[in-house]
Amino acid sequence: MQYRLGVDVGGTFTDLLLIDQSTGTTVRDKVPSTPADPSIAVVNGLERICSKANISATEIAHLMHGTTVATNAILEGKGARVGLIVTEGFKQILQVARSFVPGGLAGWIIWPKPEPLAKLEDTIEAKERIDARGNVIRELDVVKLREDLEILKANNVEAVTISLINSFSNDTHEQKIAEIVSEVFPEIPISLSSKILPEIKEYERTLTTVANSYVRPTASRYLNRLDSELKSRTGELLFHILRSDGGLMGVDVASQAPVSMLMSGPAGGVSGAVWIASQAGYKNLLTLDMGGTSTDVALVQNGVASIGRETSVGDLTIRSSSVDVRTVGAGGGSIAHVPELTKALRVGPQSAGAVPGPASYGHGGTQPTVTDANVVLGYLPTSLLGGEMQLDREAAFKAVGTVADALGVDVYSAAAGIVNIVNENMFGALRLVSVQQGYDPRDYALIGFGGAGPLHANALGSLMSSWPVIIPPSPGVLCAYGDATTTLRAESSRTFIRQFSDTSAEEVVKQLQDLLLEAKTELTKEGVTEDEMEERFELDLRYHGQGFEVTTQVSIGELKTEGLKAAGDRFDREHERLFTFALDSQHEIVNLRAVVTAKDSIVSAPTINQGDGDPSQAISGESEIRYAGEIYIAKIYNRQLLESGDTIEGPAILVEMDSTTLIIPGHFGKIDNFGNVLIRPNTQREA
Amino acid sequence: MAQIVQTNTAPIERTDIDTITVDIVENALRNARYEMDAVLFRTAMSPGIREQHDEFPLIADPDGKMVVGQFGSFIGGFLDNYKGTVEEGDVFLTSDPYSCDGAISHANDWLVLMPIYFEGRIVGWSAMFGHMTDVGGKVPGSLPTDAESIHEEGVVIPPVKLYKKGELNEEMLNLILNQVRMKQWNRSDLNAIVAACRTAGRRVTELCSRFGTSTYISVLDALLDRNFRAMSQLIATSISEEKLNFVDYLDDDGMGFGPYKISCTMWRENGKVILDFEGTDPQSKGPINFYLNENMLKMFFGIYMIMVFDPQILWNDGFYPLVEVRIPKGSLLKPIYPAALSCRTHALGRIFDILGGLLGQRQPEFLNAAGFSSSPHLMYSGTDKNGEWFQLYQIGFGGIPGRPFGDGPDGHSLWPSFTNVPNEFLEAYFPLLIERYETVADSGGAGLFRGGNGIDIAYRFLEPGDISIHDDRWFTYPWGVNGGLPGRRSTKYLIRTDGSKQVLPSKCDKIHVNKGDILHYVTWGGGGWGDPLARDPELVALEVKRGLVTKQGAQSNYGVVLTNDLNIDKVATEALRDKMRSTRGNINIFNFGATLEELRENCETETGMIAPKPPQFA
Repeated sequence: MQYRLGVDVGGTFTDLLLIDQSTGTTVRDKVPSTPADPSIAVVNGLERICSKANISATEIAHLMHGTTVATNAILEGKGARVGLIVTEGFKQILQVARSFVPGGLAGWIIWPKPEPLAKLEDTIEAKERIDARGNVIRELDVVKLREDLEILKANNVEAVTISLINSFSNDTHEQKIAEIVSEVFPEIPISLSSKILPEIKEYERTLTTVANSYVRPTASRYLNRLDSELKSRTGELLFHILRSDGGLMGVDVASQAPVSMLMSGPAGGVSGAVWIASQAGYKNLLTLDMGGTSTDVALVQNGVASIGRETSVGDLTIRSSSVDVRTVGAGGGSIAHVPELTKALRVGPQSAGAVPGPASYGHGGTQPTVTDANVVLGYLPTSLLGGEMQLDREAAFKAVGTVADALGVDVYSAAAGIVNIVNENMFGALRLVSVQQGYDPRDYALIGFGGAGPLHANALGSLMSSWPVIIPPSPGVLCAYGDATTTLRAESSRTFIRQFSDTSAEEVVKQLQDLLLEAKTELTKEGVTEDEMEERFELDLRYHGQGFEVTTQVSIGELKTEGLKAAGDRFDREHERLFTFALDSQHEIVNLRAVVTAKDSIVSAPTINQGDGDPSQAISGESEIRYAGEIYIAKIYNRQLLESGDTIEGPAILVEMDSTTLIIPGHFGKIDNFGNVLIRPNTQREA
Repeated sequence: MAQIVQTNTAPIERTDIDTITVDIVENALRNARYEMDAVLFRTAMSPGIREQHDEFPLIADPDGKMVVGQFGSFIGGFLDNYKGTVEEGDVFLTSDPYSCDGAISHANDWLVLMPIYFEGRIVGWSAMFGHMTDVGGKVPGSLPTDAESIHEEGVVIPPVKLYKKGELNEEMLNLILNQVRMKQWNRSDLNAIVAACRTAGRRVTELCSRFGTSTYISVLDALLDRNFRAMSQLIATSISEEKLNFVDYLDDDGMGFGPYKISCTMWRENGKVILDFEGTDPQSKGPINFYLNENMLKMFFGIYMIMVFDPQILWNDGFYPLVEVRIPKGSLLKPIYPAALSCRTHALGRIFDILGGLLGQRQPEFLNAAGFSSSPHLMYSGTDKNGEWFQLYQIGFGGIPGRPFGDGPDGHSLWPSFTNVPNEFLEAYFPLLIERYETVADSGGAGLFRGGNGIDIAYRFLEPGDISIHDDRWFTYPWGVNGGLPGRRSTKYLIRTDGSKQVLPSKCDKIHVNKGDILHYVTWGGGGWGDPLARDPELVALEVKRGLVTKQGAQSNYGVVLTNDLNIDKVATEALRDKMRSTRGNINIFNFGATLEELRENCETETGMIAPKPPQFA
């Protein structure tokens, strides 16, 4: 019982990483994903990796899993039919939304009318009312409710959300309705807004809870099936799902609150990046996870990823804590086009996707994509290592040529333009998480992964002045590393809206200690002992009158000795850093939070052979590349053959099975003990 | 004329640039503009700005031409009128429409403007204005419906330096804030606006240091030129030399007179578009005048034109030489100082319906139905049982018009980025209970593409206080197009605790409400687009099940007959549709619902209000 297994289900491959907890040695594998039922690939992978490692499945003690099953249900519109129960008078809460129309002045002219996630014909009203302070103004009309539930029954809803006005301040009516619903629909999954998101703002709370109901049947079916399939092979097993905020949760919790795993996939990537970069000695990071259709970026401060309160999936913004990942519609498959009217070069957000894919993939795509531009510029060798795929160079030139003609430039300039613009889009996202939050990107290393990240990371490091640029080994399967190395984490929070003058440090300390107990209890259930736990506390603060909060760290000791003032001062400094000014207004607490984490996993990354500094053993060929209008000959290296200490001069192309790394002219890459490529500009070369 | 002080007086040289750099800078400017919004929303305090987003940012080039934003540039006009110096670190503040050529059009909008310096030279400007919940004056909210001059409309700030070379003019700010009812909101909203402008300033200087000042400025020239070229092509192909006219109305002036006519004629002449407001009624004695800045109108016009062709384009002032706007002095749209201006929101909204109506006459792809009532406001203020003053300013929304692209969304905002105030937030911070927040079935005009429904918000007041209301389209209909029917008009009424109903004017102040009274604030629906008899009966039936259309409405507006369990009676539906087709007569492009005479005649029976009297002009 000494192994832990990380499993990440991606669109094309399911990646696995097996770690021997006593020695830290790892075994990697990947199997084709099975989109119709992703659990098949997980089970196949488990069996394969066990035989590869020559162990019995029963020796696996802990399995951690990152999954996009919930996200895909939303993106593909394949969730459950949700029945929604709201307070009388608010039936159209999702129809009206917040009245928001995107797209600027006159944006309404072309904005498609959205359909709510729970249909209006599946929405019923409960006669009841609670006020903002939690007082019951009108008792629940149970008879009417039972009558109306027949409508939901007749409509065959598959999940039910109960979201009443002001339920964040008093949940008794939601609870009562839940009891009645479970009598009328004995098997149906019920989600309460007061449980899923006990916060003020009825639309956000309702939408988030409906999203939970929408993905719940799919997610819980999947998780329960997987759980039993796994346990029939492994016997007793700790099975955890990676949450959006980078923590882990058990199958029961995940089945009830799948909305908290919508960003499970990207969170795994960030966790993997944090883990491998920490091994290499870098704790302040910008992460760049570039795939086929989009790119996720995040900021990591001292080994901890920033956590945001919102998750965007498709057009929906859901209030659920998640690693603060910003996504831009810029990936290898993003399509370039030139609008007739303005003659501007636009890249994305449309993507060629997996089918037909970039023109150079030869699957029938004809539109020019970022990948095609990389082929034209010589950055992607036409024969990828492993021989799995041959790129069609001619098709890439033809596709990019259409952009060149529209712009009136040659094909290389057009390709360079496409790459520069897609880089600029990612640059914008990286600035959002760094400069715009008051962080100086020069203090951060940039880690590039995902299928396309290693091709673009060097250029982005240059735009951001973030060095080194780190390309981890197997950058395409970093998520599985993240899954396998994540530590358990529990969080308890409570909305507690008080101005500083209306509460006291003693009261806050008492509340925080209650929350701590809750969080510890949760971890204890997962088998973590008291001495393995680390705790911290947060207050979400704002100036009284503001609508947004800033999360501020506090400690019990400090609260006891210095009172609330220390937290207020820290908030003022943070506000000034973020927004250039502080106010002398009253401070107001919005939420209190206790976070408990299990101490760091002992797993260390595998090391590679020490070399002599000369990488020539890995050279496998050359490519003519174009960079900044010049022609260069870049050496092509087989990444598997590189050794620790090797220095590679740019321009160079490093190829491996799942990814290609580009080192641009004027830069060099150094291989560290763990096989990371650390890229820096020549001006930073040690003497 | 302002005197601009620069330590580096060398002119900025222009250099050759490639189109990719242009696209990159365009993208960076767009991000900077959204960052301005983000900083503002996160730090402002009044619900109007932080929840509803009643604000408008812009970034301009060194000459003051807007390179990103939505309301067009006024900086040229400002510089012409300002008598002092402009120096590094200065931040200007004004709320006086008359001294900035109508860049802002009432004193509630506080405009902050700052020059952006890099290496001793001005490389651009950033500006933003936001609607303050209160700027003092005779009524809470500062939009007195009976004002006859701007001096009754609260504190009017001429262009002044809020910061002089980086130093805050604290005493002046205190003097200004002493005039208003919600000092803390004004102070923090103003702080937030300044922070947003400074953010834009930082982004622009970063671009200058990344690309070099001359490249950056040359790129701005190219961006302006890109708009110019795109627009000249559009104008040449879609605006005819033949004169087209469109007339729409403001229902009343809040003093019992109306409707006021706004007339606009559009034609092409020597490659330019002329927009001529000749024929618009003279200015009103009351505050519904809209001091319309010509550049702002050009921007609205351009955005409507380009929206369909390349929505990713960054709007800028580049095409201004291609549009000429003529507004008669002394008219409703160019009132003479010191005419009252506070309630200009109705005319501002109506301008968009007029632009739509003008452009749509020849281009079916542009033709949307009417939807701009205005930006309806509710104010509620008083002193609660703890002796604390409370004051709410809230913007309402109605139906988006039926469009060539499809149905108009129900109860959504026509204004960019505006959102509602969460009802739970209203209840937590004001003595209110929201009894109903729902759209009104059948209020969206019927059509192949239905207009969006208006909203009925029922506010129960928990403390005695006073309310003010500002709305329009209660008398004239939001018109339908291409066979679509008009949307339903707006209405407001109180249900008093004794059960009596009191219909309220669409513009009123100081209506006293008691604890327990309920105000129904019902907004307009959007007009319909296209033939309602061609709408899929299945969709009509579904919308009846959804409560967005009534069974009766399905029958009388769409010719769809439903059985009691809401299934389609196919035979009856076909028969009814045939009959309706044969009896309805010719379909005109516009359906205004009724003539002015008919509106007047039926006003009292239909709306519960006496018809406004025709305005008298001296």
